[in-house]
Amino acid sequence: MKHKWITYPYIIWMIIFIIIPLALIVFFSVIIETEHGLQFTLQHFKRFLEPVYMVVLLRSIYIAFISTLICLVLGYPMAMILANRGLNKKQFLVSLFVLPMWMNFLLRTYAWLTLLENSGLINTLLSYLGLKKLNLLYNNYAVILGMVYNFLPFMVLPIYSVLIKIDKSVIEAAQDLGADSFTVFRRVTFPLSLPGVMSGITMVFMPSVTTFVISRLLGGGQYTLIGNLIEQQFLYVGDWNFGSALSVVLMIIILLSMGVMSRYDKEHEGGGLW
Amino acid sequence: MKKNCKVLTLVFLIISLIVISSGCGGTDNSNKITLNVYNWGDYIDESVIDSFEKEYGIKVIYDTFSTNEDMYVKLKAGGDSYDVAFPSEYMIQRMINEDMVQKIDLNNIPNYKYIDERFKNLAYDPNNEYSVPYMWGTLGILYNKTMVDDVVDSWDILWNEKYEKKILMLDSQRDSIGITLKKLGFSLNTKDPAQLEAAKNELIKQKPLVLAYVGDEVKDKMIANEAALAVVWSGDAIFMKRENPDLEYVIPKEGSNLWFDAMVIPKASQHKKEAELFINYMCDTEVAYKNADYIGYSTPHVEAKKLLDPVITSDKTAYPDEEDVKNCEVFEDLGDSLKDYDKIWTEIKAY
Amino acid sequence: MVIRFIKRFYTFIIFSFLYAPILVLIIYSFNNSRSRGKWSGFTLKWYVELLHDRQILSALYYTILIAIISSVVATVIGTMAAVGIHNMGKWKKSLIMNITYLPVLNPDIVTGISLMILFIFVKMPLGFISMLLAHITFNIPYVILSVLPKLKQLNKHLYEAALDLGATPAYAFKKVILPEIMPGIITGMLLAFTLSLDDFVISFFTTGSGVSNLSITVYSMARRGINPKINALSSIMFIVVLLLLIIVNNRMSKDDSIKESA
Repeated sequence: MKHKWITYPYIIWMIIFIIIPLALIVFFSVIIETEHGLQFTLQHFKRFLEPVYMVVLLRSIYIAFISTLICLVLGYPMAMILANRGLNKKQFLVSLFVLPMWMNFLLRTYAWLTLLENSGLINTLLSYLGLKKLNLLYNNYAVILGMVYNFLPFMVLPIYSVLIKIDKSVIEAAQDLGADSFTVFRRVTFPLSLPGVMSGITMVFMPSVTTFVISRLLGGGQYTLIGNLIEQQFLYVGDWNFGSALSVVLMIIILLSMGVMSRYDKEHEGGGLW
Repeated sequence: MKKNCKVLTLVFLIISLIVISSGCGGTDNSNKITLNVYNWGDYIDESVIDSFEKEYGIKVIYDTFSTNEDMYVKLKAGGDSYDVAFPSEYMIQRMINEDMVQKIDLNNIPNYKYIDERFKNLAYDPNNEYSVPYMWGTLGILYNKTMVDDVVDSWDILWNEKYEKKILMLDSQRDSIGITLKKLGFSLNTKDPAQLEAAKNELIKQKPLVLAYVGDEVKDKMIANEAALAVVWSGDAIFMKRENPDLEYVIPKEGSNLWFDAMVIPKASQHKKEAELFINYMCDTEVAYKNADYIGYSTPHVEAKKLLDPVITSDKTAYPDEEDVKNCEVFEDLGDSLKDYDKIWTEIKAY
Repeated sequence: MVIRFIKRFYTFIIFSFLYAPILVLIIYSFNNSRSRGKWSGFTLKWYVELLHDRQILSALYYTILIAIISSVVATVIGTMAAVGIHNMGKWKKSLIMNITYLPVLNPDIVTGISLMILFIFVKMPLGFISMLLAHITFNIPYVILSVLPKLKQLNKHLYEAALDLGATPAYAFKKVILPEIMPGIITGMLLAFTLSLDDFVISFFTTGSGVSNLSITVYSMARRGINPKINALSSIMFIVVLLLLIIVNNRMSKDDSIKESA
């Protein structure tokens, strides 16, 4: 149907800028520098199997999973509302949705500190109204809030772009056949929007696993996440081998889990591993 | 649709014009020598760069980094050649050990004589062959006088249950493990596994009392009275005390860390002479004074210090006596032992 | 009606959530104190100081330039890639998609350092071009992920029908497929632009020779405390873009109301 050449620019780009750097990382993860020069080893991977590192990885995946779930639950209705508006306001509102993300991330997160702190704006308002101050910062809720804040547009936008072009006649046909709104949603709208949902989940879950600045600033640095750990290896310890090994393990785990997820998406082929 | 495209193109062009005009003024095609300087963000009075350029006809390209480690990776990888960099003391030691810096000919730096003798020939660069000090300070406890009624003179207070969830620790491996080692009476450069294990247990014991492990946001937090106690650097303490008079800074009696940011010439630099010129310029009394005044940290420059506001120079926070810092140590590069520190830190933070 | 109210209320909540920090950010750009922890009165001094700050303005220039170029290039390459990938067999598609996911799932430090090593290895000087290439690299996957769902949503037969009616493949693509996937392309470009504006780690490791972006400038300032000049700059950027959006939106609704009344 389409000419093959159309993918070639990307394939070339991919090979140079994704595959070769990946090869570098894999290379670092399986070598070790000894007195006899570079040697092949799996010891960096073995190091990862220690319980403390497993805890770190599991916690990262857990937080990413919860954040993705909440993004989906909050984002889908938002995408639906945006998709149903009159034509002009749609573009405008969608742009407004992304606009906050154009402000510097550190600044925005610091602004959350100003809002959530004990002496912050929300608590100041509460005590002004005579209510008790709330502990809004340095707990898991603050971290999830920060994650959702950061990733919500990545969930909303792909779902929105699919929803606006759902063929209205299909929906009307379902209604004619006697389906109520909920059934229409469950059997028609949602399944048709699934490709957008899969993209949204991909664009939120994957980076969430390796994001750690939000946890550091809003979670009070209480817990090391896998992103912290990898950064520490590359920057503070100088152990690029272990850092690379951690990255490789992470890649495999995430790609596998995406592959498993896409099995639930049989007709639509989300693009997972198998 | 066509009309929308036209509008969008017009908008795009306007933005491009604004952007390009803000970028203009940066190109200079003369045959000037250019000096690449790599410093912390907001760590220089920018007018001195302009005056340097005017006086010597050398163009300065100024890049910034946010941590020593980031700078180290960039320099090690060798992609850029920087002529002057401003690392901290432990990083300078590592760079010397790894042959990443050039020797500085102090004969070309006559202004070096103005550096306080106290800050010369320190362990991280004996004989000052590779670095010239720029700013210095200490690490200590900042506390809010209205929230702390005990006497604050020891690291122990950070383990006092009375201040549960009102303590801010640093999210930095060497600093937090270092002060714990000092509290236990050990050196903060130790590689002894038993001592490190003891420090780890202390920190795990402390964890429930800690409000948060913070980084640079500690400044705003203490100013806002969010916590009673925090571990901070003296330079930031000066700033915080000014913004919030309820704050006081102290160097605990067990001793602490003495830090230095200094100027070095990376190995890859092709402009050693110009780099030395720049370093010498930074040590000029008027220039050093401007920098110290703008940045607000402690300057090692004797004459510049005299020009500063006596309110600051008499403040023990900024300029402690020999007596106050007698138990302070300078961080040394730990090489491979960093892996042990990292493992401990991960264990403390994992559960 | 109740449903309408709920929809508006929900939209209001979500937008408040999104904009609360922005409002805080803007308010504190007028703070007389340098610290976020204390409000010392209203001032315009940061805006004035901003205009004299050569470093920040240069960073702004590069940030916007790279964001625009990288998002446009990434959109072109990504859209072409998505079209090609959509028509591939299962194994090839899985393979390419998994490789595409790598820049998305890898921590920035890994992508940044590995690209840095690549550039150094081929002796490319670190600067504008290397940073641009890095930005395009991490933008393309997001474009692909935005365009692909629209392609899946497409009715395959429309294209074939166009060909049957005598259109060349190029014409059929332009007139049939492109309009259908346009929302995905625009989404992709928006996301790419957004990511590029705010990237720190990858940019830091792939740039040099005085080319800096706003994120690098901001993060480098963190140790000393982020100067409210940055708040001032962000506020100006926000207002400018908001005004542009409002103007464009007004013009578009004028067009449509003209069309409707015609």
